[in-house]
Amino acid sequence: MNKIVEKYKLSENVCKFIVEAPMIAKSRKPGNFVILRVGDKGERIPLTIVDSDIEKGTITLIVQNVGASSRKLCQLGAGEFITDMVGPLGKATHIYKAGTILALGGGVGVAPLFPIVKAFKEAGNRVITILAARNKDLVILENEMRQWSDEVIVMTDDGSSGRKGLVTEGAEEVIKREKVDECVAIGPAIMMKFCALLTKKYDVPTQVSLNTIMVDGTGMCGACRVTVNGETKFTCIDGPEFNAHQIDFDELLQRMRAYKNEEDQARNKK
Amino acid sequence: MTEYTEMLNRERNAEWRVALRNSVPNKERIAIERVKMTEVEPHERIKSQTCEVNRGLKAEQAQREASRCMDCVTPTCVEGCPVSINIPKFVKQIEAGKFLDAAVTLKEFSALPAVCGRVCPQEKQCELKCFYQQKMQKEPVAIGYLERFAADYERLSGKIQIPKVEARNGIKVAAIGSGPSSLSFAGDMIKFGYEVTVFEALHEIGGVLKYGIPEFRLPNSVVDVELENLKEMGVTFEKNFVVGRTASFDDLKELGYKAFFVGSGAGLPNFMNIPGENLNGVMSSNEYLTRVNLMYANQSDSDTPVMLGKRVAVIGGGNTAMDAVRTSKRLGAERSIIIYRRSLEEMPARLEEIKHAQEEGIEFMNLANPVEYLADAGGRVAKVRLQRMKLGEPDASGRRRPVAIEGDIVEIEVDLVIVAIGVSPNPLIPASLAGLKMSRYGTIEVNEETMQSSIPEIFAGGDIVRGGATVILAMGDGRRAAASMHRYLQEKYKKPTGK
Repeated sequence: MNKIVEKYKLSENVCKFIVEAPMIAKSRKPGNFVILRVGDKGERIPLTIVDSDIEKGTITLIVQNVGASSRKLCQLGAGEFITDMVGPLGKATHIYKAGTILALGGGVGVAPLFPIVKAFKEAGNRVITILAARNKDLVILENEMRQWSDEVIVMTDDGSSGRKGLVTEGAEEVIKREKVDECVAIGPAIMMKFCALLTKKYDVPTQVSLNTIMVDGTGMCGACRVTVNGETKFTCIDGPEFNAHQIDFDELLQRMRAYKNEEDQARNKK
Repeated sequence: MTEYTEMLNRERNAEWRVALRNSVPNKERIAIERVKMTEVEPHERIKSQTCEVNRGLKAEQAQREASRCMDCVTPTCVEGCPVSINIPKFVKQIEAGKFLDAAVTLKEFSALPAVCGRVCPQEKQCELKCFYQQKMQKEPVAIGYLERFAADYERLSGKIQIPKVEARNGIKVAAIGSGPSSLSFAGDMIKFGYEVTVFEALHEIGGVLKYGIPEFRLPNSVVDVELENLKEMGVTFEKNFVVGRTASFDDLKELGYKAFFVGSGAGLPNFMNIPGENLNGVMSSNEYLTRVNLMYANQSDSDTPVMLGKRVAVIGGGNTAMDAVRTSKRLGAERSIIIYRRSLEEMPARLEEIKHAQEEGIEFMNLANPVEYLADAGGRVAKVRLQRMKLGEPDASGRRRPVAIEGDIVEIEVDLVIVAIGVSPNPLIPASLAGLKMSRYGTIEVNEETMQSSIPEIFAGGDIVRGGATVILAMGDGRRAAASMHRYLQEKYKKPTGK
């Protein structure tokens, strides 16, 4: 059982947790995730490790209340326990000195993007970060990102914060403006698909972190499988990061809808 | 004569055994028919995922069956058991009505008797070597049923006896994975006096016993009682812990662990890499069974969903395929079909499971192999294209190889496909051990007798060494690894101090 030490509300539907997990805090690397479970009949859900504090023995998780399980988690408060948590899982991000990194985060995808931005900055790269959200209330981690980026561009669908427009519009301007050595995009699958199409056009190497359906997270079941460069890969052990230009996004989008009916039912239960 | 056969002999010459042998003439023993276990009727049992099909033996039935056993001078049955249970002893204890003693005998050799009595392929092991089978062309003594009887009797009696363990010797060892091989290893090592910790990645202990084998064949409550026994004996269990990720081998060595047993299994499901295999509605048997058995997805208060199908095809012919197809029937499928590329005779599944599946109305499409899955408008699987096969020459395994019949392709309508064509060793743990010698199949290479790997303090057994095999073979590996790790550690840590 992992104790929740602190809890913050980042926006209407997004919560940040500082959770006691000394061993995970020590061994995790940017790009790793945990699988957790709330309650005896709870399901196993993956969440990226946003940050860690080795001395305090804690990790940071950010979760958006989008369905039955994330709501259960968001209802927990400081002092309460997460029933099960295992990690760090997945391959770590390949961090190196690339030159200029363009980091694109959509919605709550900004959370898993944060440790990567921080690591690339620490590795001596110039980092330009674009935070995209539907409106200003949904923009998260803006201050943290500013601390670890050379430039932060905020974009909202309705123009309520930063600039009005989609993340791809901002990205295209940056790519046209200066040489980008590598792009990292994390957000809804549809956003990553369009980011991949854009950077392919300009021949910018691009990594995405996939948020597929998972069960065990250790390679045991294949629920998270995805086609990369024509081959079936398991997101939990081969990923979660892949070369965006090799991913079959249409298949991915289809597979993420596999349990849509069940998810709708679960969400509407209460 | 080995130590073990000497022991068997000594036990056989015990006064009570001699008296028991003399109490019934052999002729009378031979005349008794093998017991039939009571089963829940097919139409009844398919209504529930949790209704155990086999009901077990009653005391009179068990005693009568036990009296068939001739208490042979050379008990060949024992040779067929991968963990070398003293079979004649526990069977004779049952005949004498000493049921709790029989349970104690079993636990001397096996960490999980209630499990093995239920899931071992006895027809290929102990019962195959039974005197009746070998010399009389008669049905063998129902050793598996009797093992289950003794273990169940003890559990239900509430008088569970915890096996004796040596005083703690202060040496820490770890088992990685909590499936049958590790549990068997842990049970023996704790008896030898070691401090044993079992590390498990999932949130439940038991490996395939929990996520794989369904409740209608092996109730989780039965597994839990056996796990409780191990805890009582002093074994520590750490859940939600991936060795190599949560902490490295070096971290664990720093914490004082002197040797490791890797029993991480072959959890990686194989797919066929044919078109349409990533459509919604196509999944591995591991995913399907994990959702139902570990996550209780079929129960309304579970948060985990599972896809249901009206027409379910299960690809494969092993025990996992049988478990998946029978599960689908219980979850309301109208048609549940086994699709297997060889004929019924070559199926690797236990005979009893095939029989149970047939009784439950499972359809068998033999000599057929999927070549493509086709989707409906919503992107969910709707049809499978099957290549008809015929049997050709025997292959390396001695089984006749299936060959495609050119141009003979059929399509059937399906809305759920479960792929159960086998598993590969999980790479997660070996990948975190630099220098560990691996085979090209991704299994850990070990000395077959000592189960020791290329790294002296690492031992391994079960499916991570064998690829996909059985519960009892994994348990046998665990026992052998424990015995040889014990020798290794005594050599290394005991002698120099002169203890």
